[in-house]
Amino acid sequence: MKFSAEWLGDHLTTDADAQDIADALNRIGHEVEGIDDPAQRLAGFKVARVLTAERHPDADKLQVLTVDAGDGTPLQVVCGAPNARAGMTGVLGLPGAVVPASGMTLKKSAIRGVESNGMMCSVRELELGDEHDGIIELPADAPVGAAFASYAATSPVFDVAITPNRPDCMGVYGIARDLAAAGVGMLRQVEVPDIAARHEWSHGICTDDQEGCPAFYARIVRGIRNGASPEWMQRRLLAAGQRPINAVVDATNYLMLAFGRPAHAYDLAKLSGPLVARRARNGEEIVALNGKTYTLDDTMTVIADDAMVHDIAGIMGGEHSGVSEETTDVLLEIAYFDPARIGVTGRKLGLSSDARTRFERGVDPAFLEDGLAILTDLILRTCGGEASEVARAGAPPAQSRVVPFDPTLTARLGGVEVAQEEQRRILTALDFHVNADWNVSVPPRRHDIEGAADLVEEVVRIHGLDAVASVPLPRHAGIARPTATALQITERRLRRAAAARGLNEAVTWSFLPQPDARHFAATDEALWVLDNPISEDMKAMRPSLIPGLLAAAKRNADRGASGSRLFELGRRYIRTADGAMEERPTLGIVLAGEKTVRGWRNGKAAMFHPFDAKAHALALLELAGAPVANLQVAGDAGSQFHPGQSATLRLGPKNILARFGALHPATLKAFDIAAPVMAAEIYLDAVPGKKANGDFARPPFAPPILQAVTRDFAFIVPADLPAGDLQRAVRGADRKLIVEARIFDVFAGQGVPDGRKSLAVEVTLQPGEKSFTEAELKAVSDRIVAAAAKLGGELRS
Amino acid sequence: MERRFFFARNSSSGLAMTQNEQKLTDALERLQRAEDPAQVEAIRIEALGKQGWLSALMKTLGSMSPEERTREAPRIQEMRATIASAIDERKAALEAAALERRLQTERLDLTLPASDGPRGTVHPVSQVMDELAEIFADLGFAVATGPEIEDDWHNFTALNMAETHPARAMHDTFYFPDEGAGKRMLLRTHTSPVQIRSMMQNGAPIRIIAPGRVYRSDSDATHTPMFHQVEGLVIDRGIHLGHLKWTLETFLKAFFERDDIVLRLRPSYFPFTEPSVEVDVGYSHQSGRRVVGGSGDAEGHDWMELLGSGMVNRRVLEFAGVDPDEYQGFAFGVGVDRLAMLKYGMNDLRAFFDGDNRWLQHYGFSAFDQPTLSAGVGARP
Repeated sequence: MKFSAEWLGDHLTTDADAQDIADALNRIGHEVEGIDDPAQRLAGFKVARVLTAERHPDADKLQVLTVDAGDGTPLQVVCGAPNARAGMTGVLGLPGAVVPASGMTLKKSAIRGVESNGMMCSVRELELGDEHDGIIELPADAPVGAAFASYAATSPVFDVAITPNRPDCMGVYGIARDLAAAGVGMLRQVEVPDIAARHEWSHGICTDDQEGCPAFYARIVRGIRNGASPEWMQRRLLAAGQRPINAVVDATNYLMLAFGRPAHAYDLAKLSGPLVARRARNGEEIVALNGKTYTLDDTMTVIADDAMVHDIAGIMGGEHSGVSEETTDVLLEIAYFDPARIGVTGRKLGLSSDARTRFERGVDPAFLEDGLAILTDLILRTCGGEASEVARAGAPPAQSRVVPFDPTLTARLGGVEVAQEEQRRILTALDFHVNADWNVSVPPRRHDIEGAADLVEEVVRIHGLDAVASVPLPRHAGIARPTATALQITERRLRRAAAARGLNEAVTWSFLPQPDARHFAATDEALWVLDNPISEDMKAMRPSLIPGLLAAAKRNADRGASGSRLFELGRRYIRTADGAMEERPTLGIVLAGEKTVRGWRNGKAAMFHPFDAKAHALALLELAGAPVANLQVAGDAGSQFHPGQSATLRLGPKNILARFGALHPATLKAFDIAAPVMAAEIYLDAVPGKKANGDFARPPFAPPILQAVTRDFAFIVPADLPAGDLQRAVRGADRKLIVEARIFDVFAGQGVPDGRKSLAVEVTLQPGEKSFTEAELKAVSDRIVAAAAKLGGELRS
Repeated sequence: MERRFFFARNSSSGLAMTQNEQKLTDALERLQRAEDPAQVEAIRIEALGKQGWLSALMKTLGSMSPEERTREAPRIQEMRATIASAIDERKAALEAAALERRLQTERLDLTLPASDGPRGTVHPVSQVMDELAEIFADLGFAVATGPEIEDDWHNFTALNMAETHPARAMHDTFYFPDEGAGKRMLLRTHTSPVQIRSMMQNGAPIRIIAPGRVYRSDSDATHTPMFHQVEGLVIDRGIHLGHLKWTLETFLKAFFERDDIVLRLRPSYFPFTEPSVEVDVGYSHQSGRRVVGGSGDAEGHDWMELLGSGMVNRRVLEFAGVDPDEYQGFAFGVGVDRLAMLKYGMNDLRAFFDGDNRWLQHYGFSAFDQPTLSAGVGARP
């Protein structure tokens, strides 16, 4: 909310300057977002009289003026304004002054060969309005030589962010009260004028919606002349960012900005029959003052007469009965609307207004009578006319609330010792009534005060949060325990391991374009799609980490990167069949383009290979605690992957721990990527948890006494036999003696029949107490050959 | 090389010895000239082989009289030692020369580039989250997490923002479609729902931080629709605003590794805290960058808004099943990306989420920059 220091001065007597006031406002919880001081902007501009005006010798549209700026020496100024003429009074900018609208610094210059010592200014150039048809014309009695800022009675304007709990400070008076409580001056109590009723109430009002509109007070003023509002009011409204409209409308706005109290004025001539506060009928329409048509429903409160709806209660009036300069009789409405109702209606209609902002936060239920009197007085003073008596329908909600308070709570909750007398003084200054037993009566306008903690806040904020001293948190007794969960620890290890393996950690959006998400989702139903996305590119929650990384790799390629190696640790968002939300911790890897650049040792650049993805997946799974030796490489990694160059890593038939491989060319096409891309995704939630026994000690180190023996076997096997199957079969041929079986050669071609391939296995055998005998080795060897034979393998001779 | 020649003069076998000495001299000279190991071997066989002249001379000792033997034996032994060591020396010299020649052919141009594996990086957001976990672990805070797809109750209602609360409108919430019966999931707008979940799950007392992703439907130069927050929550007996101030000071001093962190507390409003406090931190501009430190009121300094906090509202405690008459506490929330930017000097939030290799290499951290208290939680370039 914006207001000028001048306006504040109406309610607060103070010597504080603008900066002191701003500091105080910040201190007590009203954040000052800016101070605009027109006097500073207008420094160097003076009231000046044009003495002579003559045609410029070299330019038709320019005149050469001599101007009296008050120091006795006439100045020569070149001016292009059509209204510049001898005898007029205007505003002169002297060399050195900065024109507010353009930021240009004025200087002495020659315009078409004629010396000019300044500039006569327009309204727009001084940012006082939009008008730019000519230079400013001041009244003839304006004091020549005076600083224009002081002549125009400019005053600093504060822009203050009022928190939603303080609608009582959405008016200058409320701010003045808080400032006075904080010791910045004295609050001037409002004098509520006594309005003499010159005629009887002669219209019907009632409220048929007690819930939405518990109270509806009104008064009629007849015989007004509704022109422009007085200059002082316009100046204040403009400073507050409110455009002056006409005297009656300006008066309602003035009441709102001064006291946080919205009111509405109807043109009585446009009403037919009594005004009723009631629920709208479904489908009922109103053309509001902003010129837009709104369709209402029966959850909304409106003010209507026999013919139509005239007001969306508490939000915006209707165009039809709006007050114009032709209006002679007005009906002034001041009502209390249910805050929740106003909020719901405003949201439904997508309509915000200054009135709504105040009503939905809660206006002062005790300020109907006084507000109406102040408003009436403003109108009578500016427009003349005669007021009726006040009509009242309903009554505002109960107003008295008492909060039992214990002043020691201020120290216990607020952490600051404030003397009890001071606490009492603060609360009293804020218009609370504190009795001897510390039962605190809450002023009805303070909807935010619910309990003792709120009173602590009042005391502490006015006393000053600077007084809060730091107090160390007590340390927990005993030894430090890990503060991270098992999953968090795993994630940290994985992150640093992946980085140590040369991958760059990326953080990508949780949302994707819907087609990208769909490409990686099991089904459309499994996706979480936003109702109100910020853009189509951020619409569906990611079901996989790969598409986000892929898009990043694509951007890198577009920037000329030869390759990308990215990983991300984050959540996938899955909607289960029963609609439940699941966020699964996942590690995604994308390896795009070149793995190594060309070099003097390795020759050509090498592209990433599916086995790079496998190596990362296995190494990281092992670190995550997965039993990698027991994992099967099997099955289908999904349609996003190359069908022949991808697989899952699983424990048993169901539990998929990871998938990896080359991405499908169709996937790359969908993402517009040319280079081959490998990817892996590790599902941390699928990794079985390790059972820790709480002991740090490892099993004793017992190296074998005798050296291990290695034997090589080469088998001719069916070409489609997975090497892993043979490896596992060989390894399993003797669980006790064979400690490792490693495939070290794969060969097909010359010497190997068609449809077959040769797999060479290095088997490591570990003797126990005694060296192997030839017979033992032969027996193991036979078992190995037999195991291979079961898979169709025969020993290569 | 020292060579010793032994010439006998007054000897009855003087002539024979002279001949042998001549042979020795010849052999030594030929050894000096020998250019390959085969020549050396030939000389050795000639002298010391089974048929060699020196071997033959050795055999003559057996037929000598004792006096003769006493006189001749040392001389013959001397000759044998001389030639044997000369042969070894020559062999070694030739081998050394051969090795030297081979090594010369193996010379590498060491100015050529050495290829190394790629250097991976940890994202600044992760790094800062690890730093926060480390700092707060020292203060006894556990790390808690919660869902990002939240329900209305945890994100708003339980945090004292009823359906009609105006503050809700300020949250620019992302919603999922209505699932009927008024149930509408949303993306959490802050990490505060984790407060509720933690209190409901673990009760009081409690000390947690909850870092994570949060979402607001807001996008401009300084806002992204997704960003990171860390929530802090302490619920215990007798906790007050002074503890909050100390905790924030301690955390920020540890985080920025500066003793001169000055905070300014300003009253504010959040529905879930009462009293509510906005926290500003003093900073100055240095080389076009905001550097945290010093009082905002000091010369050349200013205040910047850093975080929101306050004493947890009674209603929130009630919603979360904690007895507000027994327990009270504080909560705060701060932007992790913002902390990262202030500490490590990035200026564009959007770049955090782009995955640009160059940015990740530039601002990312080594895997080995694991923050620890003993090494300092910050990683210097």
